[in-house]
Amino acid sequence: MKVEDFDMFCTLLRQRSGLVLTKDKAYLLESRLMPVARKWNLKGLEDLAAVIRAKRDEALLRDVTEAMTTNESSFFRDTKPFDQFKAVVLPMLLQSRAAKKTIRIWSAACSSGQEAYSLAMLLNEEGARLAGWRIEIIGTDLSGEMVNKAKAGIYTQFEVQRGLPITLLVKYFKQVGDKWQITEDMRSRVQYREYNLLSDLSPLGQFDVIFCRNVLIYFDGPTKGKVLEAMAKQMPPDGVLYLGGAETVLGITEKFKPMEGQRGLYTLAGVPVRA
Amino acid sequence: MKSCLVVDDSRVVRKVARKILEELGFSCSEAEDGKQAMDQCAKAMPDAILLDWNMPVMTGIEFLRRLRKMSGGQAPKVVFCTTENDLAHIQEALSAGANEYIMKPFDSEIIETKFQQVGLL
Repeated sequence: MKVEDFDMFCTLLRQRSGLVLTKDKAYLLESRLMPVARKWNLKGLEDLAAVIRAKRDEALLRDVTEAMTTNESSFFRDTKPFDQFKAVVLPMLLQSRAAKKTIRIWSAACSSGQEAYSLAMLLNEEGARLAGWRIEIIGTDLSGEMVNKAKAGIYTQFEVQRGLPITLLVKYFKQVGDKWQITEDMRSRVQYREYNLLSDLSPLGQFDVIFCRNVLIYFDGPTKGKVLEAMAKQMPPDGVLYLGGAETVLGITEKFKPMEGQRGLYTLAGVPVRA
Repeated sequence: MKSCLVVDDSRVVRKVARKILEELGFSCSEAEDGKQAMDQCAKAMPDAILLDWNMPVMTGIEFLRRLRKMSGGQAPKVVFCTTENDLAHIQEALSAGANEYIMKPFDSEIIETKFQQVGLL
């Protein structure tokens, strides 16, 4: 690929999604953008780059951004964060929100919805403890295609076998041809919206818990800081933030600090929170 | 080291599953049908059983029902691994005492997460 084409894609992706593409990830451009080029009847990435330069067609730019930013996901990904949610976060919220009986949870960059649906199933399994509570789960993703997939809640046999215990598959899914669809009841418990994390987050409202796992890794330092600081504004003083196992707030923002003894969990700095 | 009995009438499937399980730290033995599996369990009960459904002589589901009635037969974690991929079969397996269920085709990641979920890893 020509250097100027690579640079053009880099700039475009950074502006639109915050995605930082390093030289060693150039292969990703090839594998992810070839299908986009074909869809637009273009021979290859060189033509794709030329068309983007010639006329900045919004639909095309959107396809390119989506193709580069969508990531694999699985139900109950990494297991531990969900165990922590049950053992630490939920009991804390049940106590601190006892008067309001309302909890709002955000799955940021929700991809095809597995994280948000995992939470919906987990909360439903809690049953009696949550009777009378109003729990909102919001999933957002930059990609309209992913949001539509999440809303439909239809997954392949492979997808429903990654992380999803068989008892939950039987309880919460229906077989549709050779695919599996999560029940209407579960679908009604999550609201999905197309949303860019780099835009103003205030219209989304306040969240008691934000799941932002394995998202920041795609951003450069200043962008990471900007997103985390914007998220901090959408949380009450005792809100909880989830980051991915390989992520940290160290040297990125002082708004959050790790929750003691709870790997991957963060609370707003300067506010004492007991686990 | 935990032990796993791989029950499948396909030699290829047994070989692939065995390789994945050995990498996960299991010592493996093999059986070609439910009857052979019964005989092996009567001698020594494994910690885990990866079980195909359709096999000659004795099917997987028949084996599972008999296993759960054997002395010590409640102990092994049984993970079905079959091309039967409809809800009715899955429910039948669970009510017969299966702990997990894998729909073929599988890969090492699926085996690993399923074995984790039933507490074998």
